[in-house]
Amino acid sequence: MRSLIRRPVAEDAPRDPAPSKLGYRYQRLMLTPGFRATVRIGVPIILIATIAGSWYSQPENRANLTASIAQSKQSFQQRPQFMVQTMNVTGGDLAAMTEVSALLPTEFPFSSFDLDLEKIRADIEALDPIKSASVRVGQAGALEVRLNPRVPVALWRDGATLRLIDADGVQSGQILARADRLDLPLIAGDGAEENIAEALALFDAAGPLIKRVRGLVRMGERRWDMVLDRDQRILLPGDQPVSALDRVIALNQAQDMLNRDVAVVDMRNTDRPTLRMNEEAADALRRVNTTIDENGAGN
Amino acid sequence: MGDLYDSQRAMRQMRKAAMQRGVVAILDIGTSKIACLVLRFDGPEQFRTDGVGSLAGQSQFRVIGAATTRSRGVRFGEVDAMQETERAIRTAVQAAQKMANVRVDHVIACLSGARPRSYGLDGTLNVSGGTVTEQDISQVMASCDVPDYGADRDVLHAQPVNFALDHRSGLADPRGQIGNELKTDMHMLTVDATAIHNIFYCIKRCDLELAGIASSAYVSGMSSLVEDEQELGAACIDLGGGTTGLSVFMKKHMIYADSVRMGGEHVTSDISMGLQIPMPVAERIKTFYGGVMATGMDDREMIEIGGDTGDWEHDRRTVSRAELIGIMRPRVEEILEEVRERLDAAGFEHLPGQQIVLTGGGSQIPGLDGLASKILGQQVRLGRPLRVQGLPQAAIGPAFSSAVGLTLFAANPQDEWWDFEIPADNYPARSLKRAVKWFKDNW
Repeated sequence: MRSLIRRPVAEDAPRDPAPSKLGYRYQRLMLTPGFRATVRIGVPIILIATIAGSWYSQPENRANLTASIAQSKQSFQQRPQFMVQTMNVTGGDLAAMTEVSALLPTEFPFSSFDLDLEKIRADIEALDPIKSASVRVGQAGALEVRLNPRVPVALWRDGATLRLIDADGVQSGQILARADRLDLPLIAGDGAEENIAEALALFDAAGPLIKRVRGLVRMGERRWDMVLDRDQRILLPGDQPVSALDRVIALNQAQDMLNRDVAVVDMRNTDRPTLRMNEEAADALRRVNTTIDENGAGN
Repeated sequence: MGDLYDSQRAMRQMRKAAMQRGVVAILDIGTSKIACLVLRFDGPEQFRTDGVGSLAGQSQFRVIGAATTRSRGVRFGEVDAMQETERAIRTAVQAAQKMANVRVDHVIACLSGARPRSYGLDGTLNVSGGTVTEQDISQVMASCDVPDYGADRDVLHAQPVNFALDHRSGLADPRGQIGNELKTDMHMLTVDATAIHNIFYCIKRCDLELAGIASSAYVSGMSSLVEDEQELGAACIDLGGGTTGLSVFMKKHMIYADSVRMGGEHVTSDISMGLQIPMPVAERIKTFYGGVMATGMDDREMIEIGGDTGDWEHDRRTVSRAELIGIMRPRVEEILEEVRERLDAAGFEHLPGQQIVLTGGGSQIPGLDGLASKILGQQVRLGRPLRVQGLPQAAIGPAFSSAVGLTLFAANPQDEWWDFEIPADNYPARSLKRAVKWFKDNW
């Protein structure tokens, strides 16, 4: 009697493990190094490039992309860490600080990414009274501006205007009247601002004459004239003007020369100092000499 | 014979190309299994300081892929059903390629059947007191007296075995020596041309190129005989599935090869017929319980042979192991007797060494060495193939001795006739050179 339990049917033909001709060829093809590299790297790259290219070729997609990039960029830049809240200007006088504040942004807060520190610094340094400046965004979102103002050392009269000149010969401002800055020496003439150091040395050397000095005039962009009150002038040579001035001062102290009626002390030729007197003084001298000649010079 | 030369030379070129690429496949087409090994050649091996290479010089290649499949469509070591064989080859090659992860284009194959026949040839050349040149060697081989081996047969191997110069024999390389008369002995092995053509065609159908073909008896002798056995003289008996190959080696050259058209499948079919069981069951019982020497214990060891008919009595049959041995032993004896006859015909008893090495899948029958020593002589041992680098554990048994031998054949083949220069007189273009030589020789 046959068993009622169902037995696994013995296979008529054993399973054929042989690959099909197509499968065999496919496997060999996939084992070919060049083809394998193409399939594994080339095809995915081409696929991705095609998809990305077709998406990007739609104008609305491009617009969306640029908008989303701009939006994410802005949201990043608007984070509180990057916001500038206050402004802090130090190191200048009131006038300079007012001028600087006009150059700085006024509406707070704003992102520090929108701030062009280099440009602000260049703008500030372009101002006359500022020698240099440092601009940075410091602690707690404060825009810190540190000013290094120019220090005027002289006044330069250029026609009707009075300019303030610092030690480098750079103009640092204008004033309306000489009386505003009586502490500063006055210079004038073309090229005066280029030889400011020499002028300052002459002012230092003036010593006892300083009360009488009204200013220095650059003559012919080559040498200095020292103008005293009572329209007296000391013509200084182009080279070594300080030693020439020293001789004049020595003469003055010895002979009290400048208190006399002398118009010009000409030191241009150092070997031969020359005096020019005023007209009346010259006439008087001529008259005295004539009288002496008439009365006989023998006594 | 020129045609054969050309095809053999073309195969040698193909082998060189494969070596250049670095990858070559080994295909052992047997009756019971088809084995495929993928070899990677790493160029010339690194010699150690003492000049001896590791692994007896076999380390220049490595097995990177191995696969075995049940052979179909092969009978007696010859292709019987071409489509089936082609599919089986494809299975093995694909699995080996997959393991190696590299594509192979060149295949070196061996065939076990095809009625091999050995011929000993000798040739003589008068070199008249000059030094022996490479041309002289080609000429002396060309002067060998080739017997009429039949139009339907092809030369598989033709190896110079020995050179003699005047009275000195046993020269391996006579080039540069001075003598009068150069003699050579050659061993030529011919097989059925149709068998080679069928294998050629099968491999071509698998999109592969045949880069060499060898006799399975020869390559299993190369892998399972140790060096002194090859030197002194030994016979290798490869007990395969459908055929039993035998090859005789002397002075590291094969001097005789033959095959007996009986093998392990005949033992299986005997069991199948004797016990009335299907072939797969018979094969299983043979490999698990088989033997050739019965002991008293074997009478008590009962083997369930089973069945699938639904008949209780039929499906619960048992057989004692002694009965199984009683079926197997006569057939194994018959095979060994046949081998003995072939060896006697070849004059094996005259060799200095009488070592007989049993290898192949059939040599795994327990007690075979005892039986074989009764029939073949006292010096019988069981041989396993050489260890080659990278061979998987599953493929180191004696059943793979011809596959392993084929790897050695691929790595460093022995010189064959067609590896030498073509004799000058076969070249019409060199007639001027010959004229010059004639003048030189005569004035």
